[in-house]
Amino acid sequence: MDLNIFWFVMLGVLLTGYAILDGFDLGVGTLHLFVKGDRERRIVLNSIGPLWDGNEVWLVTFGGGLFAAFPHAYATAFSGFYLPFMLLLAFLMGRAVSLEFRSKQPAPWWRAYWDFSFSAASTLAVLLFGVAVGNAMQGLPIGADKEYAGSVFDLLGPYPLLVGALAVAMCTMHGSIFLYLKTEGALQQRVHGWMWRSFFAFLALYVAVSVATLLLVPHATQSFERWPAAWIVVVLNVLAVANIPRAIHLGRPGYAFVSSCCTVAALNFLFGMALFPNLLVSSLDPSFSLDIYNAAASQKTLGIMRTIVFIGLPFVAAYTATVYWVFRGKTKLDETSY
Amino acid sequence: MDAVLLARLQFALTIMFHYLFPPLTIGLGLIMVLTEGRFVRTGDRRYEALARFWTKIYAVTFAVGVASGIVMEFEFGTNWATYSRFVGDVFGSALAAEGVFAFFLESGFLAVVVFGWGRVSRRLHYFATVMVWLGSMFSAVWIVVANSWQQTPAGYHIVGTGAAARAEILDFWAMVFNPSSVDRLVHVLLGGLIQGAFFSMSVCAWYLLKRRHVELAKRGFDIGLVVAALCSLAIVASGHHQAQTVTVTQPAKLAAFEGHFRTLDGGAPLYLFGFPDAEAEQVELGVAVPKALSLLAHGDPNQPVTALDQFPPPDRPPVGLSFQSYHLMVLLGGLFIGLTLLALLLRWRGRLYQTRWLLWAFVFAVVGPIVSNQAGWIAAEVGRQPWVVYGLLRTSDAISQTVPAEQIVGSIVMFGVIYLGLLALWLFVLNSKIQHGPELHTAAGGEGPASLIGAASALHEAGHSLTATDDAETDAPETSGGADDADRAPPTPSESVPEGEDEP
Repeated sequence: MDLNIFWFVMLGVLLTGYAILDGFDLGVGTLHLFVKGDRERRIVLNSIGPLWDGNEVWLVTFGGGLFAAFPHAYATAFSGFYLPFMLLLAFLMGRAVSLEFRSKQPAPWWRAYWDFSFSAASTLAVLLFGVAVGNAMQGLPIGADKEYAGSVFDLLGPYPLLVGALAVAMCTMHGSIFLYLKTEGALQQRVHGWMWRSFFAFLALYVAVSVATLLLVPHATQSFERWPAAWIVVVLNVLAVANIPRAIHLGRPGYAFVSSCCTVAALNFLFGMALFPNLLVSSLDPSFSLDIYNAAASQKTLGIMRTIVFIGLPFVAAYTATVYWVFRGKTKLDETSY
Repeated sequence: MDAVLLARLQFALTIMFHYLFPPLTIGLGLIMVLTEGRFVRTGDRRYEALARFWTKIYAVTFAVGVASGIVMEFEFGTNWATYSRFVGDVFGSALAAEGVFAFFLESGFLAVVVFGWGRVSRRLHYFATVMVWLGSMFSAVWIVVANSWQQTPAGYHIVGTGAAARAEILDFWAMVFNPSSVDRLVHVLLGGLIQGAFFSMSVCAWYLLKRRHVELAKRGFDIGLVVAALCSLAIVASGHHQAQTVTVTQPAKLAAFEGHFRTLDGGAPLYLFGFPDAEAEQVELGVAVPKALSLLAHGDPNQPVTALDQFPPPDRPPVGLSFQSYHLMVLLGGLFIGLTLLALLLRWRGRLYQTRWLLWAFVFAVVGPIVSNQAGWIAAEVGRQPWVVYGLLRTSDAISQTVPAEQIVGSIVMFGVIYLGLLALWLFVLNSKIQHGPELHTAAGGEGPASLIGAASALHEAGHSLTATDDAETDAPETSGGADDADRAPPTPSESVPEGEDEP
């Protein structure tokens, strides 16, 4: 396979891994404030306690991979979206710190503050990710010099905001199913209700974004003309979405979670299809777009990194599997909990 | 203010804040491995208590380190876009390797180390601890390799010209093993080990002085002392070797470190201290050992050492900051050797734990490695100026073209506020953990299993009656929990009892 295409796919895999894994713990963060009572909140936090940090490493590795494989895209995107990225950093830090520090003092005001900042930072981080995806879909004012020529307000169009809302709904749904798997008793009963509500919110936004994409982003479907087989993913996506309420209704939350993982993966795939072969689409002139060739590192580097990934990924898979296996089952509080 | 200076200030702020934490995790990681290793070998519960205690501190430190580290990764792109385009091909592969090989290792196994005490076997837990330590060191490997490449570029060629020029890899292993990377990596790792060891000694010395957890603290202090003494001696050899490399690869940097302005015919003097004046090109109030610089740099007291006059003024690094931070680092290094050797001597004579003034000195000595690690990096980075990639790319050419100065100011203020808060929080939590201290988990007392059962049953009860007791529950910790209960996981009795009474 062409090394540039390999790296486009690889970054897609990393981003999908991130969206699936951190997606549920960010969604749990959104739901956190709806949970009442200190012990239940602690159960919610500890359901993701041992996992969130490893999940976030997928984003770090995605960032490193983008830097290495497509340095021009990394440089343009990160300097062009200076303020949004600074905000994202503040949210990610705030989230990590809230999780870590909440349990360290018993005072109610202390815990209430960290509960709020954890939930707000999680939700806003997802919103920013969604807005970023929306902007990437829509195209950006990128000049011939590969630099971003717009302002920060250009990023807040209606379409990106709609995609941002979809991202929040999707992670909330994904997180609520995860939480359902990890909880029991009365808390689980309440999570059951949240699963349904977030599913319908997701469904409505999913339809709205699909329609808006077809109307507003014509280049999003170009790749389907080249590879009609990709329509299979669209069909699978619809089936996965449909299977979520079915599995919830049948009392099979494990299947619902698998389905929502598939939904997240499929949406990431469609995002990749809409972009390919571009990384950043220029709305000024298509020839200014940064694609997987004009933004790439040298073939030598792409080859070296492919070797690194082939050596490293089996280990990553093994660690991830180990951690998820060790911390399987319902969340219990013990002396090491948050 | 101009954008270059602001961007540099921001980078200095964020990297120096970040660098408070990784060296501590590297050093504390080894202390954890050694302490838990003794527990696994001997079954002595006191080592287990200590290992658990260090683990808690490690976890909090790691969290702040990760939070501030994500900033660093993004900041290359946000503030230094031109630099990112220039080095992306070289630097990126090291960064990707760091993510794949180190971060996943460390964060994955840290979950097992922190949350897995009751869930996995003793040996598997120990294995996880070793992996976490290795992960913390691997993270250092790749980032130091990337930074060393900026000091002594190798294995690359330049493609394109002017603003579009960039470095591309020709030979991956020549890039990884560039002339300075091994020296610098060893130095950085030893610096981290010293910081962790001094940290553990500081805590243990304080317990000894306050007569708390005395038996644990003696054992903890001994482990830290051996690590600190060995690493303090080793780092001198490492530093000397590194300085000899710098003499060859970055002569302007060495000259700035030493305040060496004019190339002499014979041997160059070594300033022990002084105030270099770049305008007058001399060291004010300096005390120098004749010919010592030549002896140290070349192993020959009469061989001339290249001075700053060999470089045109625009290519000279700032002398004052390089000189002072370098000298501070070396001075502190000497202090570590003196302190640890004295403590070893007293330990051998059996008088260490009674020598209160020395224990007090160790309580505060933890500041030393923190300062010297920071000073060492200031020297390394300021001494490389005006280049961001030595000889290839100037710092002033490396910044993002599209980011206006106001936005940089805004983000500096934001990071300043967040970091101050983070630092205060970290110190606060650290203090409460140290005040709380390690806990013995005796086999008879069964504190661990008992609390697990307690937690599980409380959970069960909560499942039936929680809605009725929401308010009581949120209020309970305030009335019942003292500072000591702050990080105790099992629910306090006042939380679970009222719910139990509701049971039919």
